[in-house]
Amino acid sequence: MNLVLHLLLLTLLPPLMGGVIGRVRALVAGRRGPPLLQPYYELVKLAQKSAVISPTTSWVFLAGPVVGLTTALVAGLMLPLGAASAPLSFTGDLVAFAYLLGLGRFFTSAAALDTGSAFEGMGAAREATYSALIEPALLLGMMALVLSTGSTSLAALLGGGAPSPLSVAGAPLLLVGVSLFLVLLAENSRVPFDDPATHLELTMVHEVMVLDHSGPLLGLIQYGAWVKLTLFAAILVRLLLPLGWGPAWADWALLPVGVVVVAAGIGAIESSMARTRLLLVPRMLVSACLLSAFGLLLLAR
Amino acid sequence: MPPIVDPLLVTALLLNFLLLGSSRLRSLIRWIAWQGVVLGVLLAVAHGDHPGPRTLALAAVAVAMKAGLVPWLLYRTTRQDALRREVEPLLSFVSTLLLGGVGTGIALAFGSTLPMLPEHTTVLLVPAALATVFTGFLLMTTRRKAITQVIGYLTLENGVFLFGLTLSEAMPAMVEIALLLDLVAAIFVMGITVNHIYRTFSSADTTALSALRD
Repeated sequence: MNLVLHLLLLTLLPPLMGGVIGRVRALVAGRRGPPLLQPYYELVKLAQKSAVISPTTSWVFLAGPVVGLTTALVAGLMLPLGAASAPLSFTGDLVAFAYLLGLGRFFTSAAALDTGSAFEGMGAAREATYSALIEPALLLGMMALVLSTGSTSLAALLGGGAPSPLSVAGAPLLLVGVSLFLVLLAENSRVPFDDPATHLELTMVHEVMVLDHSGPLLGLIQYGAWVKLTLFAAILVRLLLPLGWGPAWADWALLPVGVVVVAAGIGAIESSMARTRLLLVPRMLVSACLLSAFGLLLLAR
Repeated sequence: MPPIVDPLLVTALLLNFLLLGSSRLRSLIRWIAWQGVVLGVLLAVAHGDHPGPRTLALAAVAVAMKAGLVPWLLYRTTRQDALRREVEPLLSFVSTLLLGGVGTGIALAFGSTLPMLPEHTTVLLVPAALATVFTGFLLMTTRRKAITQVIGYLTLENGVFLFGLTLSEAMPAMVEIALLLDLVAAIFVMGITVNHIYRTFSSADTTALSALRD
């Protein structure tokens, strides 16, 4: 039962985040906006189209979207979405989690390079630079959690063992939470790190890497991106609202609600600030690393 | 000391990072003013639930100086036309941020090895003071403009103020008033110096001071 619920949440929830973000942005701008289920319709539409594949590309071009989605889904099996345990859980799986996402990013970049387009190469270079700066922030934040729970498995880290960030003992975790939110925005190419709605190749980071993908392949990429966003939102929700304070159904219900709240927050940020200059991005990511490291130091004292 | 002190100290430390990371003079002044507010609140709450009228008055004076008068003077200076709004760092923001992080880490490690009264070892007071002093040093040495160096001095002074909190039980008024007087005198001297630098070089770039010319 838990497994079925977990899989349902993991596969069906992600596109809803896109719908919520789009709706919040539209509401702030004074429009009605697309329906909440729009991303689902778009995925169905993309799945029915045929894909155009350039003759200069190789199997790497096809592997990009496929590996990107599968790594995100497998990483999702390691998170405790509702129950205190995850379907796939072993000692040290937080490292596997981080590097599964890294593997996905590597294949997305490789697929972009495979097309031989100058713009896509530029996007891949930027994505690689960002990820090198994101990784320490993510892992340092996870290390702070490891220190406060004494376990190295994600299911235990986020499964209610850590003190609540709103208590005095857990106050450093609040810093980690802020840092992980910055990681979420950067990792998923949201404003202020990247503008997912831009139409100018020179300013793109993530979007430029998928310009040559079309039809079902583009659908896989978009779905994979939503899954990844949901994973990070779920980490945040579980960090701020530890499991196990109520009945089991409350734990399960809390996650979708929390994820929708995170999506609304992302929408609010996207409609209230512009994308920062590319040169400022490293500074913000280094600040995220420092926040994580600072939380870690406070916990280690 | 009451447990509320720790979140306030963490806020002051976070403001250190914001000071190191901001690239606009105005935001730099805003963050230093906020740090002044945090320090004033710290002074008011550091000695239990019922601060006496003298402590409250001292806290009010500290906030008025650190978050009112001095930032206002600095803000007035930034309105001069010759002054560009960007902070001009000698070392990039990312490296100063990293240096600040390393300094904070060392302060946290070193602060716990000092022989201190038991009521000061449970809170972050001394590490936060050391880290803030270090941030002030960094700001003073790695920024080009005279006004950013003044802000660095203010940060350093905030660190000394935090250190003073450990003594304020014994002789509260002495320590704080002496510190605040120091601050005012220093700000006036620096204001005059900045003005002189302007008048002589028609910019506030301190690197011009190290070059010889007729």
